[in-house]
Amino acid sequence: MEITDIIREENKVYCTPELLDQVHMHYCPGCSHGVIHKLLAEVIAELGITDKTIGVSPVGCAVFAYNYIDVDWIEAAHGRAPAVATAASRLWNDNVVFTYQGDGDMSAIGTAESIHAANRGENIVMVFVNNAIYGMTGGQMAPTTLVGQKTATTPYGRRVDLNGHPLEITNLMAILDGTCYVTRQAVHTPAAVRKTKAALKKAFENAMAKKGTSVVEVVATCNSGWKMSPEKSNEWMAQNMFEKYPLGDLKNE
Amino acid sequence: MKEEVRLMKGNEAIAHAAIRYGCDGYFGYPITPQSEVLETLEELMPWETTGMVVLQAESEVAAINMVYGGAATGKAVMTSSSSPGVSLKQEGISYIAAASLPALILNVMRGGPGLGTIQPSQADYFQATKGGGHGDYHLIVLAPSTVQEMVDFVGLGFDLAFKYTNPAMILADGIVGQMMEKVVLPEQRPRRTEEEIRKQCPWAADGRKDGRKRNVITSLELESARMEVINHQLQARYREIEKNETRWEEIDVEGADYLIVAFGSIARICTKAKELAAEKGIKVGIIRPITLWPFPTEAIAKAAEGKKGILCVELNAGQMIEDVRLAVHDNLPVKHFGRLGGIIPSPDEVVEALEEKLIK
Repeated sequence: MEITDIIREENKVYCTPELLDQVHMHYCPGCSHGVIHKLLAEVIAELGITDKTIGVSPVGCAVFAYNYIDVDWIEAAHGRAPAVATAASRLWNDNVVFTYQGDGDMSAIGTAESIHAANRGENIVMVFVNNAIYGMTGGQMAPTTLVGQKTATTPYGRRVDLNGHPLEITNLMAILDGTCYVTRQAVHTPAAVRKTKAALKKAFENAMAKKGTSVVEVVATCNSGWKMSPEKSNEWMAQNMFEKYPLGDLKNE
Repeated sequence: MKEEVRLMKGNEAIAHAAIRYGCDGYFGYPITPQSEVLETLEELMPWETTGMVVLQAESEVAAINMVYGGAATGKAVMTSSSSPGVSLKQEGISYIAAASLPALILNVMRGGPGLGTIQPSQADYFQATKGGGHGDYHLIVLAPSTVQEMVDFVGLGFDLAFKYTNPAMILADGIVGQMMEKVVLPEQRPRRTEEEIRKQCPWAADGRKDGRKRNVITSLELESARMEVINHQLQARYREIEKNETRWEEIDVEGADYLIVAFGSIARICTKAKELAAEKGIKVGIIRPITLWPFPTEAIAKAAEGKKGILCVELNAGQMIEDVRLAVHDNLPVKHFGRLGGIIPSPDEVVEALEEKLIK
């Protein structure tokens, strides 16, 4: 059997999503963003909403998301993505608007915008990538940094007496009447990737059906910020982060 | 809605004008002395008639970013606030300017600095005309002196914002916001259809229809060489606006010995002062800048020829006077008269200041 007998259209089990640009990403090797981008590109194409989707990218590592996923994008100021998405969604009723926010964007500088957009029940999807560190600025503490975790601004480990407790913003989102679906997922194993994709699909379907705000937290790795290999990062995340940020649906209405 | 003559406050007139000029969305947060804008809009319920979106945001910061988001999709959107609230909006305004988006921002100025007072002021002149937020940018700044101009400048502000894809600001003060006057409300201008918006704003992030290339609204460019090009493009637009859109009003400038330069509602007090001065045999002309940026530099330079002095009357400690002095290169005495802390001068005080500072 020749190799050309195997590489055939009918044997294809995997390909780059049509909405994912064939360019080099700026993300560090091993970073979770690439996988999450791929899933978004797949979900948007599968739901047939390419011409209706507006993404809102944040300040943070994902600021350049607009260079990778082939839909219209608005780049927001740090923390303001949910406010930007609110207007884009309300003014174009048929469109589907999603935000893509990191832990700083969602749970530090943009806490007010995030909580209030969700509380108003804006018909948007909020994708929240929680890697417990500020990747873009060089690995400083995030609100979600674990107690004891070392970062550039907690060089001896996060201390509750100095830095307070890790903020479980997604749990907060789940108690708001405006949210219809709040879930926490990860992308560290093939099974987890499949679950995250299903969660994103459900969230986008909710936005299309005008059911309210859906929040999909993805517990993620930042191997450069954590100063670990990609493989070690996945292990560390499963061992340490899932205890504080357990995976699964927090709300599904 | 047909053209209509009504008696109303400047702030209420803004709300009526927004609806009638076909505004797509208003996003605001209450602050004195301009809360009537949001209150009137909520009372008029334009979402039932024209389909305009009205939303009380969780903060001024959220409101300006809603404006950024709406403008990014090509919609005609606006916000309003007063001085401390407008300070909070500055980051968002810088982003809107940097991303070349059309939007309208109303500042009904109150006394500062800090929480200051709720009484009228013009102390945000520097903030409005010199940038306010970070980076090299300009807003088109319109200064209304009557409730009628509050109405008219909503239409003009949106027109200029879309013509130049640049944010415009109506820089009003607490006097013109709270004062009731007769006003002619324009006939209803229909809101643009989504098809018309797509045609007018091919750059808008409104959904990648008909397989077109994706639109990205951003102010980020990490490559310095490209960022410089973007800055040059912005500057070229500002020069174009300066060339085409400078507006001012002149009252009896020819034959006058002295000039008063004043903007907004204070210019009307100065008109009365001019009459009082004439009774004393002092011939005064008035220049009222209507656009504070672009500033009527050449008009003031021309009007100043052969005059004995200029009095800048402002409700601040001397802000516009800097632009007036630049216009006339200190070729004649240029003095400032202003009241601070929310106090409004009487016409007599203006005449006294003129005599004291320029004639004695």
